[in-house]
Amino acid sequence: MSAASGAASGGAKPSSSRAKPANKAEAAADWADGRLGIYSLAKSNLRKIFPDHWSFMLGEICLYTFIIIILTGVYLTLFFKPSMGEVVYHGSYMPLNGIRMSEAYASTLDISFDVRGGLLIRQIHHWAAILFVAAMLVHMMRVFFTGAFRKPREINWIFGAMLLILGMFDGFMGYSLPDDLLSGTGIRFMEGAVLAVPIVGTYLQMFLFGGQFPGDDIIPRLFTVHVLLIPGIMLGLLVAHLILVFYHKHTQFAGPGRTEKNVVGMPLMPVYMAKAGGFFFLVFGVTSVVSAIATVNPIWAYGPYRPDQVSTDAQPDWYMGFSEGLIRLMPGWEIRAWGHTLNLGVFIPLMIFPLVLVAIWVYPFIEAWVTGDKREHHIADRPRNAPVRTSFGAAWISLYLVLLVAGGNDLFATHFHMSINSITWTMRIAFFVVPVLTFIVTKRICMGLQRRDRDKVLHGRESGIIKRLPHGEFIEVHEPLSPAQLHKLTAHDQLRPVELPAAVDENGVKRKITRSQKLRAKLSRGYFGEEGQIAKPTAEEYREITSGHGHH
Amino acid sequence: MSHDMSEEKLPEHRGSEGHEVAVHDDPFADPGLPPHEVRRTDIDERAARRAERQVALLFTVSMLATIGFIASYVVFPIDQIVFIWPFGHVSSLNFALGTTLGAALFCIGAGAVHWARTLMSDVEVADERHPIEAPEDVRAKVISDFKAGAEESGFGRRKLLRNTLIGSMALVPLSGVVLLRDLGPLPGKKLEHTGWDAATPAKPIKLVSMNTDEPLKAEDVTVGSLVFAKPQGLSEASEGFQQAIAKDAVMLVRIAPEDIKDRPSREMGFDGILAFSKICTHVGCPISLYEQQTHHVLCPCHQSTFDLSDGARVIFGPAGHPLPQLKIKTDADGNLIATGDFNAPVGPSYWERA
Repeated sequence: MSAASGAASGGAKPSSSRAKPANKAEAAADWADGRLGIYSLAKSNLRKIFPDHWSFMLGEICLYTFIIIILTGVYLTLFFKPSMGEVVYHGSYMPLNGIRMSEAYASTLDISFDVRGGLLIRQIHHWAAILFVAAMLVHMMRVFFTGAFRKPREINWIFGAMLLILGMFDGFMGYSLPDDLLSGTGIRFMEGAVLAVPIVGTYLQMFLFGGQFPGDDIIPRLFTVHVLLIPGIMLGLLVAHLILVFYHKHTQFAGPGRTEKNVVGMPLMPVYMAKAGGFFFLVFGVTSVVSAIATVNPIWAYGPYRPDQVSTDAQPDWYMGFSEGLIRLMPGWEIRAWGHTLNLGVFIPLMIFPLVLVAIWVYPFIEAWVTGDKREHHIADRPRNAPVRTSFGAAWISLYLVLLVAGGNDLFATHFHMSINSITWTMRIAFFVVPVLTFIVTKRICMGLQRRDRDKVLHGRESGIIKRLPHGEFIEVHEPLSPAQLHKLTAHDQLRPVELPAAVDENGVKRKITRSQKLRAKLSRGYFGEEGQIAKPTAEEYREITSGHGHH
Repeated sequence: MSHDMSEEKLPEHRGSEGHEVAVHDDPFADPGLPPHEVRRTDIDERAARRAERQVALLFTVSMLATIGFIASYVVFPIDQIVFIWPFGHVSSLNFALGTTLGAALFCIGAGAVHWARTLMSDVEVADERHPIEAPEDVRAKVISDFKAGAEESGFGRRKLLRNTLIGSMALVPLSGVVLLRDLGPLPGKKLEHTGWDAATPAKPIKLVSMNTDEPLKAEDVTVGSLVFAKPQGLSEASEGFQQAIAKDAVMLVRIAPEDIKDRPSREMGFDGILAFSKICTHVGCPISLYEQQTHHVLCPCHQSTFDLSDGARVIFGPAGHPLPQLKIKTDADGNLIATGDFNAPVGPSYWERA
């Protein structure tokens, strides 16, 4: 400001070459720019174009629920006492008056019954966490099914998958903190899982709990990890995730005017500032109302944790349900030899966690290897146009659902009066069979949808108008598609399967074909062979059919 | 379209039919961005003013809701429960705070989105994309810069410096690892023994009822019921109660001796009364569901099922081995006593478990 006014006064002082600011706001922006370089930053971002599609808002829900969780979480730390020190409760909740409990549980009761609005904030925190993980999962599905993880976005896919896993674990730790009968049972389960680790299990258990279960340390330790360590890492990943979204620019669906070289939509300022900013308030508002009318995690009804007590319908929050399903389905295999026990019944389900994580992480690279495609992709696929990928995703979801059902097998047994044993056995078989069936069915559906698209392009849309021809025949009038629709339905790439090199080279020398080449060719045939996709109509086919009007 | 739209404000082309389609060989060619379709608020000033009023109304409702929030905070007592259909009996304070806060936030959001959808431009614009990877000359410059920097550092040339640096960097995190040692004690034999270990034939420990704290007599355990017990002297108020009860909890059943299929198990009991660990051998949940007719117990957490008439053998579910059993008898006064520890380590299995 002083530099600008110096120039205006025309003195001998060294002055900025910048024009005089028109008003106070411009002057303030100039001041900030001189120190932070905000103009260069805003140049490409203020009017950055974002494409519009309802599914692009799923990621926003993740971001906003994360912010809600941070805001409400900070409030909760003001009242929560992460301590396992024992107290006798004398608060407002009469049914538990005079009961021994940990300070963690007592302070959670205080938040719920003695702090005005405390219950609401606790409920918003918990509901937002449930929503957060759900939104991350659905957002991930959107990215997966539209192929938005392809180059250049593979790293962002990995960041996202890490956020999902961290979010799930932080949720688990969060609902463990009140030290109620339900969450204590969850911690006990965690202890059993840690003990099942070969060789170092007992050491890990002792170091984690500061002694034998439950000890006095686990709640304060989980608290630090829950409120500081994991959110810190998540915040870093989240910022990196968003920076990459800005840097790569958002993907868009195919359509008239939309190409791999552009991004069509509306500018950040003002449209998306208003829409996305407004959406934060919508999400927060809905979460608040839900928290006002629907109780989640009523810890007062569970009572304080005691290792020798349990309620009969113990269930984790939904996002941990699949691990509950794994642990319930697994037979109790134990190998005992040479004075040691290998608890496979718990260890195998435990190991499926990192395996699933690795599978999610490497999928973009596996698909890129199979396709051999090194190009950038900014046009999102329609799921039907990538049948094998879509079927993998659907099979994965079906496995997840099977495990969710298996995790609640006792609820199904009591509500539907079925035998717990037969439900468990059904789900054990379903664990292997349902994903395969889902894969096959999904692929069939995708191929069917591709055929329908092909028919629509070649023969037009069924208009529902029945016409009677002079000689008495009835036909349905098909309306040809507009150029925009024709383009949209034929814009996708169709890759050809990778061919193995000829068995002998040009000199007649036998080529050595590696096993990985063979595998790649086989996978590629599966993805892009006749069984993997329906050839999209060509211009010649279209012309042939449309020129001979009426005789199809 | 309403009559009050003036003709000159109408767009020149509407829909795709008026659009110039590029003459092209390819019938599937990209026809280009469709022309902008106007909204009512773009051309009708009255509609625009109506939208403006709607947005302002939403923002005003939000302000009122915030005032309502503050009023609720002051007015409603924290312990008042009211019946609100269809939610049932709810805390009036929680209900009032949540709905007012929700309304205040939601109306801001709804207002902003409505504003964007009706009054801000919805003309679609195309931005160019540029390849993420740098042009070849930039790449060459960076690589040569890096090489120059690496050369000047001497990192590759001075092997001694490089190797000692790598060595020191590799060792320094060890300090952090060592510091973690005091997180907890070493496991030792801790998991093998429970509070019952202190019992000997000379100094037995009485089994007391979990509910009454009174010593249990044989006649207190009747056929068909599951009785929970703990070692005498362990009370809720005692130091380390949680840790002790996590291993010492016992459940007692009475089965007609001729129905007990497992002989060693029968001999560890007294007159058909058998004492088993209450802690599931799967992941440590307390077992609480008892089926009188079959003498099966079920862990409510993961449905491991044990047959108490057959040495607590696992007959279903994910548990890997039977429940440990506590040898019991009666003393001169008829009280149930234990003279030693369980016949196996209690709880989930672990690597060192034989």
